[in-house]
Amino acid sequence: MIPVLATLAEAWSEVRVHRARVVLSLVGVFLAVFAMTTVTALGLLVAQVQQEQGERMGGRSATIGVTAYDPQTGMPPDPQEWDAAVADLTERYGITTTASIGYEETRFRLPGGTQAVQTKRVSPSYGQLHRVEPIEGRWLREGDRDSLAPAVVVNEAFLAALGVPDLSARPTVVIGGGDPVRAVVVGVVREGYGEELLAYRVDRSAGPWDAPGVADPSAMAFGPSTLELWVRPEQADEVMAVVSHDLGLALGGVQVDAYRSDSQGLEETLGMLRLAIRGAGVVVLVLGGLGVLNIGLVTVRQRIREIGVRRSFGATSSRVFSAIMLESVCATFLAGLAAVALSVVLVRNLPLDQLLNSGIPLAETPAFPVAAAVEGLVAATAVGALAGLLPAVIAVRARVIDAIRF
Amino acid sequence: MTLLALRGISREVGLPDGGVLPILTRVDLEVAAGEHVAIVGRSGSGKSTLLNILGLLDSPTGGEYLLDGEPTGALRARRRARLRGEVFGFVFQQFNLLPRRTAEENVAAPLLYARGRDYLRRRRTARELLDRVGLGARADIVPERLSGGEQQRVAIARALVRSPRVVLADEPTGALDVETGAQVMALLAEAAAEGGAALVTITHDLNVARLADRRYRLDAGRLTPLAEPAPTAVVPAPAAAPLEEALP
Repeated sequence: MIPVLATLAEAWSEVRVHRARVVLSLVGVFLAVFAMTTVTALGLLVAQVQQEQGERMGGRSATIGVTAYDPQTGMPPDPQEWDAAVADLTERYGITTTASIGYEETRFRLPGGTQAVQTKRVSPSYGQLHRVEPIEGRWLREGDRDSLAPAVVVNEAFLAALGVPDLSARPTVVIGGGDPVRAVVVGVVREGYGEELLAYRVDRSAGPWDAPGVADPSAMAFGPSTLELWVRPEQADEVMAVVSHDLGLALGGVQVDAYRSDSQGLEETLGMLRLAIRGAGVVVLVLGGLGVLNIGLVTVRQRIREIGVRRSFGATSSRVFSAIMLESVCATFLAGLAAVALSVVLVRNLPLDQLLNSGIPLAETPAFPVAAAVEGLVAATAVGALAGLLPAVIAVRARVIDAIRF
Repeated sequence: MTLLALRGISREVGLPDGGVLPILTRVDLEVAAGEHVAIVGRSGSGKSTLLNILGLLDSPTGGEYLLDGEPTGALRARRRARLRGEVFGFVFQQFNLLPRRTAEENVAAPLLYARGRDYLRRRRTARELLDRVGLGARADIVPERLSGGEQQRVAIARALVRSPRVVLADEPTGALDVETGAQVMALLAEAAAEGGAALVTITHDLNVARLADRRYRLDAGRLTPLAEPAPTAVVPAPAAAPLEEALP
């Protein structure tokens, strides 16, 4: 134990005594480890953001979109038949999470006049399937189907058109048409481009303002209604095949299309990007290591006399070797530690939802990846060991009597 | 009791032209525990090589070197290094203090290679040794800010810090003025004697050699006794008496 402690103490003493040289030689290693760790951590965070963005658009992995329509008329199938066929299908295959999406234009009476707004009629489970994170208020829920006043979730442009800054005043808006009804704005999402107004309502309701089970005649205006099924990715292909087949048979003469609607290949793309950046980090790390090696070689030649003196104290070859190696390892480990610490501070304090996610809160903000920190420290230590190897060999092979010159 | 014994020691080095250059030729020397031996010789006479062999820093090409009666020829490098640290203390002409370390760190440095209590108490031991050589108040000063005499006193403290059985001193006063050299030499002899250590001194200065119990002359690699009466007291010489003047 004592020799190990003594070797560490000796190495640390050398680092302390030669701190200016050590610090200069470590700039490259510090920058490389900082870059590697930060890139790795940011890569994971960006992947999370990309994944959430992809999931907002196309659903979580794996989401199977199903559309059904009469090829002759283009109209959707009878709602009762459709619901029965879907219920039978989900029960048979144990699919627990489904969502329906329909598109319509809803006429909202806004302060500037009545305006037709593109509205998605969705089931509340759409929020779970698409990771919808309202920036204010809440998402639609099952109880909204029975509400006397329909609930709507709108985007920020809609809220601005409504002339209210936020939901604190519990704003309402009248849905016009033949049977006008006052709806409650329950949530705000960050979606749409520019001044485009968007709204979400529950797909079908038992409320007095919506005839239950009746297909909206305008539902086909923006394409057929879609059923979404959330299944395990490995089951996706099989489910797509059976859904098309079984629903086609059940509905008779209806064209049923099933397809993957979630983003695929995103992970591979991000993986390639991370690999490229990490490759650059490794190159920088190698260059930093060469800097440490270079200064280590110069220094060890200057310190030959000192090494000779230490040999006269009884230092063995292995002790001289390990002291020089540890000196390098200690220094690069400390540089790695500082780089990782700075990386953690930077990444933790970056407004990632503002920078990467248009200000939408991340559904799952990942913690700073421990693997990235460990990887950075291991890389720094390995560079120190490699860069210390050659100077250590030179130190051991130096002739003591030449070094001391009695 | 004989501590070190050289029997017919030779040391030769190969030359680029294939020839052989003898450095030491059949050297016989015995040093007893606590004894003070001085070796004088011209530059290039083989003094340093002899000291290297005595200190287990170099190996002879012929003859036998016994340490405590045990042959050292077959010792492994690790064992030689350990013996070097435990048995010998070195004092160099140019002090060879570790730069940018305080006097205390310099004195404690050999104890980095010690074990157990000696290692753990190294700073306290170093302080005690510095007190003994009169530098207790200068323990936190780096060598660059110490005078030559002070540096050599630090080097003496360092040589004694592991309580060696032999102190090997190479021109310990060579880089000092006469008066300081005499003081340092007296201190070295006294400190070695106090610790019961044998002292082997290599020097050009006959005044330094006179302090020894026995004196030898090394000439062209051959060691012969130097017959000259020992003084009864240490008297700083007004000027160094170079060996070259005394030697034939």
